[in-house]
Amino acid sequence: MILCFIEIRDGKIKKSSLETLVAGRRAAEALGFPAEAVLVGSAPEGAAAEIGAAGAAKIHHLQNPALTDYSSQGFALAVEGLVRETAARAVFFPATAMGRDLAPRLAARLGVPLASDCTAVSVSGGRLVFTRPIFAGKALLTLALPAGPAIATLRPNVFPLDAEPGPEAEVVPHAVAIPEGAVAGKVAEILSESGAAIDVAEADIVVAGGRAMKGPEGFARLSDLAAVLPRAAVGASRTAVDAGWIGHSHQVGQTGKTVSPNLYFAFGISGAIQHLAGMSSSKVVVAVNKDPEAPIFKVADYGIVADLFQVVPALIAEIKALGS
Amino acid sequence: MNILVFIKRVPDTESRIRIDREAKSIVEEGLNFVLSPYDEYALEEALRLREAKGGKVTAVSFGPDEALSTLRKALAMGADEAVLIKDDLREAYDPLRIARVLAAFVRARQPDAGLILFGRMSVGSDNAAVPPMVAEMLGLPQATVVTKLEISGQEAAACREIEGALEKVAFRLPAVVSAQKGLNEPRYETLKGIMAAKKKTVPVVTLAELGLSGEEAVPRVEILSLELPAAKQAGKILPGTAEEAARELVRLLRNEAKAL
Ligand SMILES: Cc1cc2nc3c(=O)[nH]c(=O)nc-3n(C[C@H](O)[C@H](O)[C@H](O)COP(=O)(O)OP(=O)(O)OC[C@H]3O[C@@H](n4cnc5c(N)ncnc54)[C@H](O)[C@@H]3O)c2cc1C
Ligand SMILES: Nc1ncnc2c1ncn2[C@@H]1O[C@H](COP(=O)(O)O)[C@@H](O)[C@H]1O
Repeated sequence: MILCFIEIRDGKIKKSSLETLVAGRRAAEALGFPAEAVLVGSAPEGAAAEIGAAGAAKIHHLQNPALTDYSSQGFALAVEGLVRETAARAVFFPATAMGRDLAPRLAARLGVPLASDCTAVSVSGGRLVFTRPIFAGKALLTLALPAGPAIATLRPNVFPLDAEPGPEAEVVPHAVAIPEGAVAGKVAEILSESGAAIDVAEADIVVAGGRAMKGPEGFARLSDLAAVLPRAAVGASRTAVDAGWIGHSHQVGQTGKTVSPNLYFAFGISGAIQHLAGMSSSKVVVAVNKDPEAPIFKVADYGIVADLFQVVPALIAEIKALGS
Repeated sequence: MNILVFIKRVPDTESRIRIDREAKSIVEEGLNFVLSPYDEYALEEALRLREAKGGKVTAVSFGPDEALSTLRKALAMGADEAVLIKDDLREAYDPLRIARVLAAFVRARQPDAGLILFGRMSVGSDNAAVPPMVAEMLGLPQATVVTKLEISGQEAAACREIEGALEKVAFRLPAVVSAQKGLNEPRYETLKGIMAAKKKTVPVVTLAELGLSGEEAVPRVEILSLELPAAKQAGKILPGTAEEAARELVRLLRNEAKAL
């Protein structure tokens, strides 16, 4: 059995954890056993239907009042108990802030390594095989985890969410015992950023700008473009972030976020290796740059050699025209 | 407070990666190695905490002899002490192995460390796994990907980046914290610091001296292949004025790429 961790944020199931579940179901099918979901703490309304639709017949719901707020210690302890009880062959997490905080802790409890931020999972010779980008995508490492349950985090937006509607999942409650003093830290508060409706790492479309944006006003134009596109977020190069034109949470690249949207726009971004590191797994890349020699064109599917300040409004107009 | 900072020597982020297919590893020859960028934020935070509250900063690296120069840089930036844990293996991309060694070091040499700092992830292995693993092995709370850290007495609060928001984590010391860009602006080494660092000795400890048997330090990740990603085909450059190109782009994104 493969256990797939379902992440809840703001009382909702995170899409990336459903992607993880679908990937888990596929791998489990190839191995001839099921994938089941694990949900810790409070379960949102409609979870059984949503998880059933992603292909799991069973949800293990781990409960204890101490698991209401996320803590790496409490959650790792709870999931470890379930892994041992069910003798799960593997546990998959989304490679989100929570998944990457939690999965290594679980792996350490089980005394096994893990595969972080995987972009492919397959089955070969009866075992799970993981592929993960290393050196920020400059190389691909394919590995197996022979020692005990295979723990992996899967990169969001990479694994397709095919809806092959299944019946509502059965919820199996488990009361978890948490010893006194086992949790010495937990989430105290979530401080929301104003306006950032969709995070760059989760958006279907990323509209990114670089040094050429010249200032916060330039980024306001990119927000206008993002606003007319479905599930779009604004991204930025480090140069733009360091200049203070936009917050660090928008930075894409080696020292920023790794994004894999369906569509990535690079406006006035030269395409430095550290920037490419964060966006090279995007499905379609569009580059707009005045310099025909800019390295970004080497990774772009479509390029426009022009002044971005002319292209952005023209694009907004074209996209608006589509809608009407 | 005794502050420990774990630092790693890694190829710089500009590096062109070449692969030795037989050895299933990267070709190290010709690469320029640096202190992993996130580890620099961790070290800077340690130095600032010491400056504000007193105590001692020890930088520790698990790696080959060449990691001594990375440790010298840490001393030049202002660390009080540096220690090399000698590794005779190549990079094995196994975070559990590294975490076991670092946790054994803490138990054997620095059991009273009040704060253990790491980088968010080491450039190259890109795991971001060692800090939570060490925290678990030592039974400590953790705050990872931290952009703000506040400590008062034995209580700490950290802001960590999550999707679309900041998460504030409250925890007790001793604890593990991993540093993200934004936590601080690392200082440059001063000439005085570099001279002082030259005078310090950097002790080298072996795995056996940390009480680790060979078995415990064996990599458990089985590397099947290491490859370069497929080169991308050159894309289409769309001609015409900005308006013409924008129109053609939207058409292609809809009809050809099916991305709109
Ligand atoms: C350790 C390390 C980590 C790093 N991490 C990151 C990271 O996470 N993310 C990141 O992005 N960078 C990172 N960098 C920085 C990176 O090396 C580059 O410096 C940076 O990406 C350049 O940003 P840019 O493309 O916006 O600016 P530039 O390189 O200056 O490019 C600006 C581009 O805009 C074009 N242009 C100018 N005006 C116009 C116009 N009106 N219309 C159209 N095009 C125009 C120019 O032709 C040029 O190509 C890192 C560097 C280091 C050393
Ligand atoms: N060999 C090592 N020696 C010392 N610290 C390390 C080593 N490997 C990883 N670390 C620490 O763990 C952090 C995360 O590394 P990783 O899990 O490999 O991405 C790094 O930023 C370092 O602080």
